[in-house]
Formats: sequence, structure tokens, C-alpha cells
Amino acid sequence: MYCILSKKTLTPVTTEYVIEAPEIARKARAGQFVIVRVHERGERIPLTIADRDADAGTITVVAQEIGATSRRMKELEPGDSLASLTGPLGRPTEIERYGTVVLVGGGLGIAAIHPICQALRDAGNHVIAIIGARSGDLLFWEDRMRQVTDDLIVVTDDGSYGRKALVTVPLKELIEERQIDRVWGIGPAIMMKFVSLTTQPYGVSTIVSLNSIMVDGTGMCGACRVSVGGRTYFACVDGPEFDAHQVDWDLLFSRQRFYADEERRALDLYEENCKAIPEQEDAR
Amino acid sequence: MATGKEQANARHAMPAQDPQVRACNFDEVALGYDHEMAVEEALRCIQCRRPLCVTGCPVQVRIPEFIKALREGDMWQAVEFLKDNNSLPAICGRVCPQESQCEALCILGRRGEPVAIGRLERYVADWEREQGVRVPEVAPSNGIRVAVIGSGPAGLTAAGDLAKKGYQVDILEALHEPGGVLVYGIPEFRLPKAVVAAEVDYLRKLGVSILFNRVVGKLYSLTELREQYQAVFLGTGAGLPIMMSIPGENLNGVYSANELLTRVNLMKAFDFPNWDTPVRVGERVAVVGAGNVAMDSARSALRLGAKEVHIVYRRSREEVPARAEEVEHAEEEGVVFDFLTNPIAVLGNEQGGVTGIRCIRMTLGEPDDSGRRRPVPAEGSEFEMGVDTVVMALGTRPNPLVFIEADGLERARGGTVVADLETGRTTLERVWAGGDIVTGAATVISAMGAGRVAASDIDAFFQAGSPGPWKATKEDVPA
Repeated sequence: MYCILSKKTLTPVTTEYVIEAPEIARKARAGQFVIVRVHERGERIPLTIADRDADAGTITVVAQEIGATSRRMKELEPGDSLASLTGPLGRPTEIERYGTVVLVGGGLGIAAIHPICQALRDAGNHVIAIIGARSGDLLFWEDRMRQVTDDLIVVTDDGSYGRKALVTVPLKELIEERQIDRVWGIGPAIMMKFVSLTTQPYGVSTIVSLNSIMVDGTGMCGACRVSVGGRTYFACVDGPEFDAHQVDWDLLFSRQRFYADEERRALDLYEENCKAIPEQEDAR
Repeated sequence: MATGKEQANARHAMPAQDPQVRACNFDEVALGYDHEMAVEEALRCIQCRRPLCVTGCPVQVRIPEFIKALREGDMWQAVEFLKDNNSLPAICGRVCPQESQCEALCILGRRGEPVAIGRLERYVADWEREQGVRVPEVAPSNGIRVAVIGSGPAGLTAAGDLAKKGYQVDILEALHEPGGVLVYGIPEFRLPKAVVAAEVDYLRKLGVSILFNRVVGKLYSLTELREQYQAVFLGTGAGLPIMMSIPGENLNGVYSANELLTRVNLMKAFDFPNWDTPVRVGERVAVVGAGNVAMDSARSALRLGAKEVHIVYRRSREEVPARAEEVEHAEEEGVVFDFLTNPIAVLGNEQGGVTGIRCIRMTLGEPDDSGRRRPVPAEGSEFEMGVDTVVMALGTRPNPLVFIEADGLERARGGTVVADLETGRTTLERVWAGGDIVTGAATVISAMGAGRVAASDIDAFFQAGSPGPWKATKEDVPA
């Protein structure tokens, strides 16, 4: 169960996994996520369902190797299984025929907006996506994104690929040029905040997917508490999507950092162990 | 000075780890009686002709009978009596509030101390586990498929009873381990996970299959499950934490008790980084609330290295809802109790961390709906308490996920599901419910009892052949 069928390195820090999960594949909707445990002593981490194939019984997730857990996940090979996979979790994206929509995906957020673009396009929207990364080597899925959008704008911070701009620049231009009925921004929290700040003066409804720390992912622990419109919500069950203009960003930034020291320590330990493994194998 | 006779008839103390030692480890605190102690304690029972203890037990365990068999040395017979009405005795012996149930009514308690029924229950159940659990004869399969949602005490019990009767039972569990609150909520030092694992093993031997990582309401709806199974038992408990809704509650360092305990118990964060999940508890911790979950949180915080842990409770010692033994153990370990104190704000610094709580003193007024005297804030009594970690242990509500696409399943105020307490039947045909999802947060034993009641009604329903229209009364449902 939860067998990894294929693994593909997308960028030096991101990997795509196709995982056998027939029940989840059948039920999942755009905007939902899974909770993954990589090994028996592993933590539970949320990953967005970036694609699914109900007929093949598979889901696709993309992980960024930022911590010990995602690094360990990268060690798994096709044929290996995850310790557990739970989903689909969170509320699906509200898919309607809005008109013209813009989806902004930054870094790993590209994978997250992919199924939403697809669903919105299927619902008859004119779908424009802006995908961006710090540099060209960190971009992925340009082809796949073209297939699910009407227009695709590619930007990099350093101009090494596509247009040299932050994602908010073309976003602002689009809003000024034409009627935009709804915007989604998914990516690093700071990017989502700036997407929100960009659209707010124009009063364009904007949705963000809040990536707070989670444990169970079913509303049981409240680790993922966020404040939206002055009210506390659990991102795992009430979200992950919320009205961007109502989000308390400082709280999100602060809560995301709570375990930064422990995460660093786990990563250091992981790296030490990686170095130690070949020696151990020699000893055997 | 006690006389010889009084000493001979004194209740046997529970051997326990030294408070100073145990406050630094997660091993079980209460060590259990040895055989000699158990028999001596069993001899204290005067074998009442009309035993009151049994009437104090939510599932009417055959207490005098199992105690008699124990002291006569017929251990298997003791096991049989004990398990006749209680399928999880090793767990109940450890976590039941005996002092307000069976032991509260023990006749010996009127003049002295009651028989230590809970400790004897634990002794007999542990003895059985050490022998290797005997699997009873299972009735031939009747081909009827039952989905049990949740593998907590209610679900485990219902599953076991139904499997024995020949039903084909699938337990659907949302988490990656079986046991529900027994595993994510109650710490190892109070209920070793090996005890829970043994019960789960027993179910597997009965032919029950447990499907993990299945979140009902998300992966399948109740409506879908009713198509795949002839009967559904809802035992999803009360897993949603209640917070205080006071300023500062989202600061870093404010936990729901569920989060703290889940990190520690289910995810083994006490052993970070050997296990991947971290938990951060500072030097001074305030736990708000005084139930068992609050005691578990406070004592876990000590074991995680906190220097000072306070229980902050708005009522007085008299109203503390936790088991007496847990309060006693917490005090022995150095937990400080601040009664008649209620937090009104969590204070923080610029980095988003907790620096303290602002509290107000309370006085007790007239009794409220719960029959306990209502705490009333004492004007002008505000003060600040310097802490860096706050744990909210104010109770839990049922998780509403299971109600997604569950048309026809009626719910009561407070998010519980409407079910007949005599049968477990809900308003939705072929769906039964029991445990905390019906009553709101209660005890392991009452959940177990409800699982048993539902299993028996499920069996009655199918035995009846083609039963008449589904009748689910709304009477007897707690508000």
C-alpha cells in the first residue's frame, strides 16, 4: 500500500512522486491535500495533491527537500512504500464559473495550482496562470501548466528564465488591463501575502492556501491555527483555502517558524547520519 | 497508631515508581500488585449478597465473582467473570474513575477504605495478558459486513463483540495507529501502549480487520459506507479541542492538550530526534483545566523537562473532575495547583512567543447546570503569571468531519449525534453510534459500555430477520 510508482527530479530541490492510492485518487478534488508519513518514526507532513488519475488509481505529489522528512522521502525509490498516506484532507477549492481567473504559483506552489487550474478550466473559466521561482532551474511543470491554462506567464526573480519579475508584477498588470474575477495565490507565505496586497486595492477576490504546521490534519490538534477576519480557524479542516485579504499574515509567519530550531537539528542529524551510513555498511 | 486488626484490613497501596524518578521518564507510574498483594486485597472483599459496587459500574462488571475466583486462585475463572461484561479490563483497571463508580459504593468504604477493585481488575487482566490471550470460539461467519468507524474504546468493544458473533467487521481508523484516545490521548506512563496493542491483537485474532488512514467524511462518506456495509457503528469520539477564545491564544507556545498529547503519545515526540516529530515545552507551563487530560498534560510537561508546571483551574479542589489517583500523582510529582483562577489573556512578546497569562481570581456562586457551584470572577483580582507555555485542557467536542454527506443523521446541540442510549440507534437506518460522539467527552468505560450496547442491538436487529421500520427514539438523549 502507498507504493511509490515513479519518482522524478524536477529541480535540484523538488521531486515529483506518483503514488498508488486508488481510493484517494477517486475522491480527491482540487485544493485538497494528503498527510504523509515517510517511515515508521516519521512525522506527519501535509502535501498538496498536485494531480490524480482515478483510472490508474494514482495521485501525484511534489515535495521540496527543505527538511529531514522531505530529504528522507527523496531516498525512497519506485517500489518502496510510504509508512502512511491519509487523505484527501481539507476542503476542496470552490470551483465555479467565475469568468477570468488568475492563479499565481510560486515555487512549490506551481504544483498546488495545477489541479485548480484544471478544475477551473473544466468549469468554463478563462484561466491565466503566473508561475515563478527565484531562478530558472527552480521552475518546473511549465509544459503541464500550459495544458491546463489559457495563458501562462513565466517569471523568475533573477531573469534567468522567462520574464525577470516578481509574480506580483504581471498580476498587477493583468488586473489593470482587464476584468479579473478571482485570483488564487499559492506559494511561500511571504509571496501569498504580497499577492494579497497586490489585489486588495482593486478589490479582486483572492484566495490563498495556508501552509501552517499540521500534525493529524483532521482537526484534532489545532497546531495549524490561523486567524482570518479576526476569527481562529484550523487550516486543515476549515481550509486550507481562505480569503487572502482577511488573513493575519504575521501570525502565520510566526507560527510557521515555531519549530525552526528543531527542524534545523533534525536536518543536521540527518546529514550526519547520511555521512555515517557508508561506514556502517562497510563494517557489516 | 493502627491496631493489628485495622492494619490487617487496610487497603493495599499501589506500588508505584518514586515520584522524583518517574517525573523524568515516561514509564508506567503504577506498577501493579503482585499475586500475594492481589490475593490479600481480594480477601478484604466481604462478598456482599447484594453487591453495591456492581451498581456503581457503568457496565455492571461481575465484581464479587471475579474477586472470589481470584482469591481462590482460579485465575482463568476470574478472567472469565471479569470479561463477561468488560472487554477491556486491563485498560479500565488503569483509567476508570473507580472512586466515583464501583469503589464509591463499596460497603467497606463506609467505615474505612473500599476494596481496591480497579487494582484487582488490572491485576487479573494483566495476568491474562502474560499468559497469552486465549481467543474465544468465534461463531461461523454470518456474512454480514459491519463498518466500525474509529478504533477507540467504543469501536474496539463493538468490533470485538460483533466478531465473536460471526460478523465480518472492518474498523476504519483515521490515524495510523489503532486505539483512538487510548493511544493519542492517554500517556504511556498511565496506560502503556503495549496494553492497548494486546487488545488490538486480540481483535485481529477474532478476525477483525483494521484499515488505517481512513478519514470518514473525507475518503468515504457515511452515505457511501451504508451502501458497502449492512451496518455502521460510529465511534469517533470527541476529538476536537475546545479553546478559550481569549486574546493571545494563537501565540507560539499555546497548545491544545490534544496537540501536546498527540505529539508526545502518538508521535513519540518525547524521543525527538529519534522520532521525527518535535515538541517544545518551556520551563514554566500553565495547564488550564483540571480533568484527566489536564493532569496528563501537566505530567507530560514535567517529563519533557519543564521546571514548574501549574494546573490553573477556575473552580476549587472539590470540583476537580480528574481521577483522584491522577491528582495525587501529579501533586507528588510537583505539579502546582492554582484553584479558583481563570486565565483571561495570554501575553506575548514581539517574536510571537508566550510570556505569561493574565488571570483573575474566582469565587464560587450558586450551583449551575452541572450541579457544581458556578465560578464567578472576583472584580479587581487580576494578576499575571509568568509562563512560556500554555496548554488548554478544557474538554473536547465530536469531530464534525464524519457528518459530511451524512444526510438524515440528526445531531444534537454541542455537535453530538442523536442516538438512543438503550440501543445506540441513530436517526439514520442501519447506523448506530456510541461513546463520546453521543455523550460528549466522558469515560473509557462508558464508551466501552456503549459499544457493547450497540453491538448487541446490531445483532438483535439482524437476528430479527426482516426487522420492521427503523425506530430510533430521541428520548434519553442528553442535551
